[in-house]
Amino acid sequence: MSAGPDGVPRPDRHALKRRPRVFLVDDHQLFRAGVRAELGDDVEILGEADEVPAAIEMILEREPDVVLLDVHLPQGGGLAVIDAVRSVKPDVRFLALSVSDAPEDVIGIIRAGARGYVTKTISGHELVDAVRRVAGGDAVFSPRLAGFVLDAFASMPGAGAAGAPAPLPVDPELDQLSSREREVLRLIARGYTYREVAQELSISVKTVESHVSAVLRKLQLSTRHQLTYWATERRLV
Amino acid sequence: MPWSRPRRDHRGITERSDTTGPQRGAGVPGPSPATGQVLAPPGTPSAPPCPKPPGDAKGPPPPPPSAPWGEGQWWPTTGWRRHGRQWRFGPPGFGPHSRRSLHGPWVRTRDDRLFAGVAGGLAKKFGVDATLVRIAFVIATLAAGVGLPIYVAAWLLMPLEGHETSIGAKVAKDRHGILLALAFLPLTVATMVLGSALGAAYISTFAWPVFLCAAGGVLVWRNSDPDERAWLREAADPVVRLGTRPERSWRRAAVRGGLAVALLALGLSFLLAHHARPIGPVRAAAGALLVLAAVVVIFGPWWLRLVRELVAERQARIRAEDRAEMASRVHDSVLQTLALIQRAAKDPQKVVQLARAQERELRAWLFDGDIPGALGQDVTSVAAGAQAIGGEVEEAHGVPVDVVTVGDCPLDGRLRELLDAAREATVNAAKWSGAPRISLFAEVEPGRVSVFVRDRGRGFDLDAVAADRHGVAESIQARMLRHGGRATVRTAPGEGTEVELVMPRAAER
Repeated sequence: MSAGPDGVPRPDRHALKRRPRVFLVDDHQLFRAGVRAELGDDVEILGEADEVPAAIEMILEREPDVVLLDVHLPQGGGLAVIDAVRSVKPDVRFLALSVSDAPEDVIGIIRAGARGYVTKTISGHELVDAVRRVAGGDAVFSPRLAGFVLDAFASMPGAGAAGAPAPLPVDPELDQLSSREREVLRLIARGYTYREVAQELSISVKTVESHVSAVLRKLQLSTRHQLTYWATERRLV
Repeated sequence: MPWSRPRRDHRGITERSDTTGPQRGAGVPGPSPATGQVLAPPGTPSAPPCPKPPGDAKGPPPPPPSAPWGEGQWWPTTGWRRHGRQWRFGPPGFGPHSRRSLHGPWVRTRDDRLFAGVAGGLAKKFGVDATLVRIAFVIATLAAGVGLPIYVAAWLLMPLEGHETSIGAKVAKDRHGILLALAFLPLTVATMVLGSALGAAYISTFAWPVFLCAAGGVLVWRNSDPDERAWLREAADPVVRLGTRPERSWRRAAVRGGLAVALLALGLSFLLAHHARPIGPVRAAAGALLVLAAVVVIFGPWWLRLVRELVAERQARIRAEDRAEMASRVHDSVLQTLALIQRAAKDPQKVVQLARAQERELRAWLFDGDIPGALGQDVTSVAAGAQAIGGEVEEAHGVPVDVVTVGDCPLDGRLRELLDAAREATVNAAKWSGAPRISLFAEVEPGRVSVFVRDRGRGFDLDAVAADRHGVAESIQARMLRHGGRATVRTAPGEGTEVELVMPRAAER
């Protein structure tokens, strides 16, 4: 999220009592060092890895609360890590951290099970807050992710997009964003923090969080042909 | 600060709208659009500490765009208006509730009018030639006299272009005026009785339309806007002058008056003679023509003058619009560069580089017609344009811009203007807000494209902005309005700024 340092509610009531335990997976040594410095004492860093097999092994062994995961990794990428870990330890949560803004990467890793996605330009405060949120079971949407999701769900038949393929029979619950969810996502995409979204819509921060979690759930569980189609189309462009 | 608000140099020819919000600088108390709605309530933790007001002496000196096109600038039908809880800078009638029908709204036109603009407005509405509508009115009037009442009724019911309410809506509250109009009823009845007593049926035929018009005229006069009333007064001027004031040349007036009286007498004698039996069509036509000629002789010169003035007014408006367009271009390019050069004064290399780039751009504009401060022709979609703006501002001002786009569509002229305004808003945020990051969000919907530019910087007081600054007023708001969109600025000192730009999409055929 692009919140200023003061725009983020620091003492997060949804966070764990203890400091979240974090594992870093990134193939750039410099970046790992930077993240370590930024996270500082707010989290407990259990370790770091720079490639897929080592990361899987160490995560399974150390059982962190949150894995900060680079999308692009040698030997399989972040997706491989999530797939391998989640089948064994479903409690480990993933926060994707990437310079990549390719929608298919972002949507792909969210659908694989990551609880959020932030870009590497995120500030230290924001990163700590994002880690806390993920550790507490909430979803973290960067403005860009919110935009992607709006885009993916907007380009479905009935939403006015032309050229979409014929709709398959789908679960309407999972394939539609509610208008409130859409509003929340739109504000996040405009750069609002959760708190500002709550103020703007006159709802509680908790409600905003539950909306975002609902969107995440839809994103992960939706069997929509549309999501795949959309990603494919984007890749071609 | 480049943020500025519209100057109000009306030169007496712009809109005087009854629905404008507080007239800034006119000393009218009222909620200010800036403080009336802020991004977040005070005490929001979202605003980074930024105690320095924009005009602080320690802050970067504002660029001195000395507004080369400053004087005599106005744009029609603009002003701050309230729509529910929001202040919008927009033309009257622009808002969530105004929908334009396929052929345009029921309004009286300003551009193409001889009297009240009814014929021109109807012509625009139905997409036919205004002259045809006028001829239809004249025929309807000569045939049974119904054209005139219809015209007056339309005058009452159709709002003037740029106004939200018609005169008729105001008439409903004007009890005294209605009483005055009703006073014509007994007059009409008396005339018709007299007419039938004399056996002159045509008097009865024409009595009710004439009195209906007179009643309507009274209501129009009482309830029209000051500018329209001034116009009416001028229209009535020659009639009044004939009775009261001598014309400059007595001989000329005498010749004209004599000729008119002669023609009128001849025509009436044609029409009125042998009233007992119906008159033949040739005779009737000749009589009507003679009466018409008398009217033309009396009023012709003055009508000519009136038409000439209307044409001049329209030309002045078009010129002013062109100038406003040009001013916003110059602001986006040359003035921006000059401001950057002042900031980079200690770095000769950078100054040279900026000057060279600006020179290239200016030459391209003057000699090749490439519009400065505009997106390159290689950018062809909204999303690509938003990304380009983000990259460009990041590069020029060193402030990261988070660009998020939803949906996409090809650019047309209006959407290019939208993106130009968005770029201006982004540049402003980068230069003046002091925010470490800017959010640029563009969303393409089936009916419209919206762009939000948000920063968490120092914000500003829309009221306190110097009048000679171009950024917000000219480059953003007026530009959006000129092309049918709107711009909403939400800001207050210390609260950051969010600029919302909305441009309707051209209907896809």
